[in-house]
Amino acid sequence: MTTTLQKAPVRKVPAPIGRRRRTHSAKGSRVTLHVLLAVGGFLMVAPFLWMLLTSFKTLPQILANPLGLFPSPWNFNNYADAWQAAPFGLAYWNSIYICILTVAGTILTASMAAYAFARIEFRGSKFLFILFLATQMVPQQVTIVPLYMIFSKLGWVDTHLALIIPAVLCNPFAVFLVRQFIRSLPVELEEAARLDGAGRWRILFSIVMPNIKPGLAALSIVVALGAWNNFFLPLIVLNSENQFTVPLLLSQFTGQYGGVNYSLVMAASAISIVPMLIAFLIGNRKILNSMAMSGMGGS
Amino acid sequence: MTAVLAKAGTPGAGLEERKEAGWRKRDRWSGLVFVSPQLIGMSVFVLLPFAVGLVLAFAQWDGLTELSWVGLANFQAQLADPVFLRSILNTLGLAMITVPVGLALSLLIAVALDRLRGRTGYLLLYFAPVMTSSIAVSLVWQQILRADGPLNEAFSTVFGIPGPGWLSDPRFVLLAVSIVTIWSSLGLNVIIFLAGLQGINPTILEAARVDGAGPLRTMLAIRLPLLSPVVFFSTVVAVISSFQTFDVVFILTKDGGPENSARTIVYQIYDEGFKHFQFGMASAASIILLILTLVVTAVQLGLQRRFVHYES
Repeated sequence: MTTTLQKAPVRKVPAPIGRRRRTHSAKGSRVTLHVLLAVGGFLMVAPFLWMLLTSFKTLPQILANPLGLFPSPWNFNNYADAWQAAPFGLAYWNSIYICILTVAGTILTASMAAYAFARIEFRGSKFLFILFLATQMVPQQVTIVPLYMIFSKLGWVDTHLALIIPAVLCNPFAVFLVRQFIRSLPVELEEAARLDGAGRWRILFSIVMPNIKPGLAALSIVVALGAWNNFFLPLIVLNSENQFTVPLLLSQFTGQYGGVNYSLVMAASAISIVPMLIAFLIGNRKILNSMAMSGMGGS
Repeated sequence: MTAVLAKAGTPGAGLEERKEAGWRKRDRWSGLVFVSPQLIGMSVFVLLPFAVGLVLAFAQWDGLTELSWVGLANFQAQLADPVFLRSILNTLGLAMITVPVGLALSLLIAVALDRLRGRTGYLLLYFAPVMTSSIAVSLVWQQILRADGPLNEAFSTVFGIPGPGWLSDPRFVLLAVSIVTIWSSLGLNVIIFLAGLQGINPTILEAARVDGAGPLRTMLAIRLPLLSPVVFFSTVVAVISSFQTFDVVFILTKDGGPENSARTIVYQIYDEGFKHFQFGMASAASIILLILTLVVTAVQLGLQRRFVHYES
């Protein structure tokens, strides 16, 4: 699992007879493979490159030479213009703090529930766990209309509470994943503490959670990414511009300017994407392993 | 465990047993206490709205005037509405394009990367779209797919004929949405499949090699069957998430596309519920979506037995 990103094993063992004959064509096919993968990889990032290049062009430059790749001259005004045309700074702040609270809260509540399901025998635990798994099947879009009514009853419309509280208090997937992590720990670890008189809370916080830190870190990344990129719920519950998250502000911004000023829209997109890409470049191994781990259900 | 040891007649047996009994008594409550935040959340934010939605689907309500019961009229109206039927077809069409193509491509890439040195570099490239917000990437693609955009410029330069109106020609819009969807989710499945391939027990592969199986044979007879549970799980997830397509359609087409050519069920829910405030109609549409999801998932679970290999 965690070996995903380790280097491919270097085979020092002499190749068995019968393999040697194939090495020449194997080398050729490996080169072909690299070429194909590189072309595919280029296609994957080409839209980003195009976004960046366009964001440094002026509109007349784009219209005059649609196929021209590089801006001449480079024009840096789009970024300042986009930043001034819409409150991106505020949106960033909103997104960041929603993200942090969502991650912290989810880790806490999911660990508590997961610990109970993994280790504590209590009445109805099996039924509740199955119920949790079942609710995962219900797409958010199915409950969105009544959910909106609940938010308006609670006075949460146009507030960030509507984004944070449900995310923190209802994440069956996180519960399931953390339960998998906890079940991989030996029970003996807890028994020693139990004999010393530690209660369930202390065992959870000072023994269990520290021991599943890598798993919790992986979950944090997945939850953070989901919270950061969430669009549907903010679109429905947020109305005032100063409450907007980054994706929502971006979509509204282009509603005003889109279709007209391409380079301004691309600069705005870059403003909202580039920090994520930089974060990805810095923490790529951890992020990739986290996604793999959660994508396979923590197995 | 401690109870078993205590019975052996050690002096502290009584104390240990009492401790254990007290612990169990407290567990009955601490279990519920530990689960309660998530339990409350699930009740208030999923079960309750779900129940309300079931009821609302049989009512006519705009949130302001009196609610009135209309029986099955919402369902009848939706299923008789060519726009909604189109949205069902579009949603199914999207799943039928994006799931097989997306998963097959991811699988090919994962297999290619499995034994390759320097794969982290490729992974970075393939995974970048997953990291970025669907809104931003849809905006970029909207520009790329413009009738006079770079894709069509390249198209006409290479083939000498003008490229299609990806976002203006009803025949191409769903394809455009599919391309963006596949592009943005490809990397996630690559990394999941790759992790699955890397997790295969090397002794099995070694045994196959000793038995004289070549790379292709090993792939077809051993690695892919061993990977099939992961592929199955990813397929189920991919189908469910393609049924929920909204962001890409919302940005690329703004209104569901010309002649509703890219309107999905979720877009319909959004349109009925939050643009026209037909809460009953939106609820009926959402229940149809849920039924569709459940049926397709059940069919997949049924097929699983035939095609998925689980290590015993």
